[in-house]
Amino acid sequence: MSTEYEVVIGLEVHAELKTKTKIFCSCPTEFGGEENTHVCPGCLGFPGTLPIMNKKAVEYAVRAGLALNCEIQEYSKFDRKHYFYPDLPTAYQISQFEFPICKAGYVEIAVNGKKKKIRLNRIHLEEDAGKLLHSGNSITSSQYSLADYNRSGMGLIELVSEPDLSSAEEARTYLEKLRAVLEYTGVSDVKMEQGSLRCDANISLRPVGSSKLGTKTEIKNMNSYRSLQRALEYEIERQREVLEEGGTIIQETRGWDEEKGITSSMRSKEEADDYRYFSDPDLPPIVLEPAWVEEIRASLPELPDAKKDRLVMELGLSEYDADIITGSRALADFFDKTVTLFNEPKTVANWVMGEYLRLLNAEGTEVQESKVSPEKMAALLKSQATGKISGKMAKAVFEEMFMTGKDPEKIIKEKGLVQISDTDALGEIVEKVLAANPQSVADYQAGKEKALGFLVGQVMKETKGQANPGVVNGLLKQKLTD
Amino acid sequence: MKITEQEVHSVAEIARLELTQEEGQKITHALQVILEQTEALKRLEISKVKPTVYVLPLQNVFSEDQLDKCLTQEQALGNAPEVEKGCFKVPRII
Amino acid sequence: MSSLLGLTAHQLQGLLEKKEISSEDLVKEHLTRIAQSEEQIKAFVTVTGQEALQQARTIDEKRSRGEQPGSLAGIPLALTDNLCTQGIKTTASSRMLRDFRPPYNAAVVEKLQEAGAVSVGKCNLDEFGLGASTENSAFFPTHNPYGEQAVPGGACGGAAAAVAAQEVVFALGSDTGGSLRQPASFCGVIGLKPTYGAVSRYGLIACASSLDQVGCFTRDMTDCALVMNVIYGRDAKDSTSVSFPAGDFTKFLVNDVKGLKIGIPREYLQEVNDPRITAYLQQAAAKLEELGAVCEEVSLPHTAEAASCYNLILAAEVSSNLARYDGVQYGLRVQGEDLVSMYKKSRSQGFGEEVKKQIILGTYVLSSGQYEDYYLQALKVRTLIKEDFAQVLSKYDCLLTPATPTAAFDFGAIKDNLSLLTSLNTLTCPANLAGIPALSLPFGTAAQGSPCGLQLLGRAFGEETLLRVGYALEQNTNLTQPSPAVKGEM
Repeated sequence: MSTEYEVVIGLEVHAELKTKTKIFCSCPTEFGGEENTHVCPGCLGFPGTLPIMNKKAVEYAVRAGLALNCEIQEYSKFDRKHYFYPDLPTAYQISQFEFPICKAGYVEIAVNGKKKKIRLNRIHLEEDAGKLLHSGNSITSSQYSLADYNRSGMGLIELVSEPDLSSAEEARTYLEKLRAVLEYTGVSDVKMEQGSLRCDANISLRPVGSSKLGTKTEIKNMNSYRSLQRALEYEIERQREVLEEGGTIIQETRGWDEEKGITSSMRSKEEADDYRYFSDPDLPPIVLEPAWVEEIRASLPELPDAKKDRLVMELGLSEYDADIITGSRALADFFDKTVTLFNEPKTVANWVMGEYLRLLNAEGTEVQESKVSPEKMAALLKSQATGKISGKMAKAVFEEMFMTGKDPEKIIKEKGLVQISDTDALGEIVEKVLAANPQSVADYQAGKEKALGFLVGQVMKETKGQANPGVVNGLLKQKLTD
Repeated sequence: MKITEQEVHSVAEIARLELTQEEGQKITHALQVILEQTEALKRLEISKVKPTVYVLPLQNVFSEDQLDKCLTQEQALGNAPEVEKGCFKVPRII
Repeated sequence: MSSLLGLTAHQLQGLLEKKEISSEDLVKEHLTRIAQSEEQIKAFVTVTGQEALQQARTIDEKRSRGEQPGSLAGIPLALTDNLCTQGIKTTASSRMLRDFRPPYNAAVVEKLQEAGAVSVGKCNLDEFGLGASTENSAFFPTHNPYGEQAVPGGACGGAAAAVAAQEVVFALGSDTGGSLRQPASFCGVIGLKPTYGAVSRYGLIACASSLDQVGCFTRDMTDCALVMNVIYGRDAKDSTSVSFPAGDFTKFLVNDVKGLKIGIPREYLQEVNDPRITAYLQQAAAKLEELGAVCEEVSLPHTAEAASCYNLILAAEVSSNLARYDGVQYGLRVQGEDLVSMYKKSRSQGFGEEVKKQIILGTYVLSSGQYEDYYLQALKVRTLIKEDFAQVLSKYDCLLTPATPTAAFDFGAIKDNLSLLTSLNTLTCPANLAGIPALSLPFGTAAQGSPCGLQLLGRAFGEETLLRVGYALEQNTNLTQPSPAVKGEM
């Protein structure tokens, strides 16, 4: 008889804070830059330097905490976490161990239509380490490594979940939800590819019904949502196989290999880390007065869940559409702004979900970088709604607008795309077409409905496609029955 | 419970120090004496005493999120024992 | 022209302002003195003669243009070599940092430069501030100007000796558990450890961050106040520094102690090995009473535990602060076959034995399983020591204690002599544990003319009282100015 296993996953997510400067010094957080040029004696760990807490980083951590339903801690402080590694210039990371800034939060996720609450254990502030470039293809095949400290000292929040996730898909959905909330609150760029959002997973299996947790492994090196899901799916199967064969799981850190699609052991926990935490005497504690917290709460934008509810309840969008549109703040903002300028939410949603996302994906562009503004989008939709251009024209105009960023009016004009709906102007052409095609007129009048389509086509041809087909249809019918 | 020479060597390992046998013996002896002296602390009734972490009652000492000058790459690397491509070079890690 | 050596900053200021002397001449005379006496004293790790002369000439030019060149303009001083100086070697007397040239100045160095003071060099200390004699310097020990066989004290023995040997007018050092006051006492100069937070630690190579303070060595109380005026105050680069509302410290130099209540902690007297020191303390107390103060014996019940508490906190913080010296960004690198071996070789060869011992002790007491038994206990005892002071200093304006249990001892005497070290620490480290200001003041001499010192302890930010009492003793006795250590013709 085979045992049924239950999967237990917890995520540790690091998000880089979008402050202008690093968390304990005044160097820029800008991505890129020549090696070791965004550094000062402080973030290089030079003797005699001291950390100074960036106020904005505190506010950002509180914003994230409030948005994730955390209890904001009145008292928090910094501890030194010691370990030797060349990306860590002082050989200790300033972090929050004993008293983190936020505790006990949660987010709601929906997987296969089922809602589930995922609890957060804590959110704490800490500094990032520098970057190591290895001489070989990997750290193991390298003869030497090069350290660049531009990233050293950037502000991070670490969000630690409770082990509430029970599948790879839930883990992925949870991470996407965190991403959305952190993006909405503006505290992080949340770009996994650039490393401003990073994720490690703790995962274990246990027989269904068992209350005791199984031995866990920690999975690292997952650089996208897809690789998180794949890595966890792989690891679940691996652990299941080990257990089914009567083996035991070794508590260890395993790295995800994207190319091979496997996880493999990085180091075992037997070389147990003893970080020798103690309070950093250089940094006085943070005391968050309720008034300050309330001030930050008041500055929070509408969050994804609330926005989604509004889109469904008030604007009549489908759950599916609302989910996708609110999945990123930039897209949701684009939608909202467009609706304020062109108040037909469903039409706007159709365009956003259809043409807009299609082109964004096809071009690999982000909403923020897109040349289409809500103003331009609304102008285009108005042109279509008033009959100035046809739906087909609108798509063509949109595509050009997306590529060039030109105003829709200008594109319409340049292409001469104005739809002719004027019955006087079209009347003349209709007369001309009827006179030139007596056979079709006769066919129609003899009951051959198809002939009408041909005549409409002829009018369109005469007008180079600019005639409003509805108007033409009406005019033709009228003349033919006269 | 006295600290042993073996413990001293394993703590040295954590602190990335390697001690000669002689150093190990001397330091072990010195630490035994110092730690012995601290036993007196444990005899005080201090279970309810709050630890002093900060001498001054300071809190919320912040800087604004404003950029300041960075070092040039040359200054940053000026004291480095080994440099390559604008980076600090370190020997193979594994 | 008669010798300018041995004059105080305020005396020299008068001469400089009246243009009776130039700063260049003043610096030259001190550089000459250094050249003559260094072979014997060895106070300096680095002498920056060219830079000093250049700076002195700039000051002279400013003065000749009628500009105000700053409150300490043109006065030669020395910096302990754990204070970072831009482009100038800053070694902390360690092999690890033998060639380290910081790309920045310590906050106090900037402040002194703004005030026009001229640094002539960097002084020897026990490696990274760990020691009581300069014998732990990786380079050489400094000799006490009052006796070649005697240590100058430590850690900042070089700076104390430089002031005593008239190589400079004043000096800056740091005090973690007595590193400034104890050598001041051994060398017969004034040493001030400010209230924790009163002076920026930015650019002070950290020994133990919660204990370290930058302070000064001077020849009299007026100079002490003048230097305080320059170095005190909040610095945006040190989160633990605070603004000090005192204004001009010289206004506290009043010859009046009437009504002051001064406590004499009996536990401190028990540490004294030399009866002359006890006698001097009683003599000082009698003088203060005569001047209208009230002196009473008081008790600081946790004094006996202070040294142990200090040992643990010191080691823990040292192990953390010195972890950064790993041969990657700066400092000594000894090549190894891989990263870990490079780390170990660099650190083992870069640090001296005392430093290694402290790192190992600190690593041990912070490790899981030991933290609660040692480090946490020490933090709690620290609370008790703080409370002892708070209680006594709520009734007394300041405390009068011996600065050291003996006068300067000979080389080799402190090695493996834990009870002597414990006595030394017991008198000085409680002020660091409690963060209160402490001043060591020369008072009389022991055998062979070695200076003795008294210590004044005040309330946090109560430097005012220390200046007042110190000044009164200076004005009303002839014991605070030991005869010059080094004769002019040496």
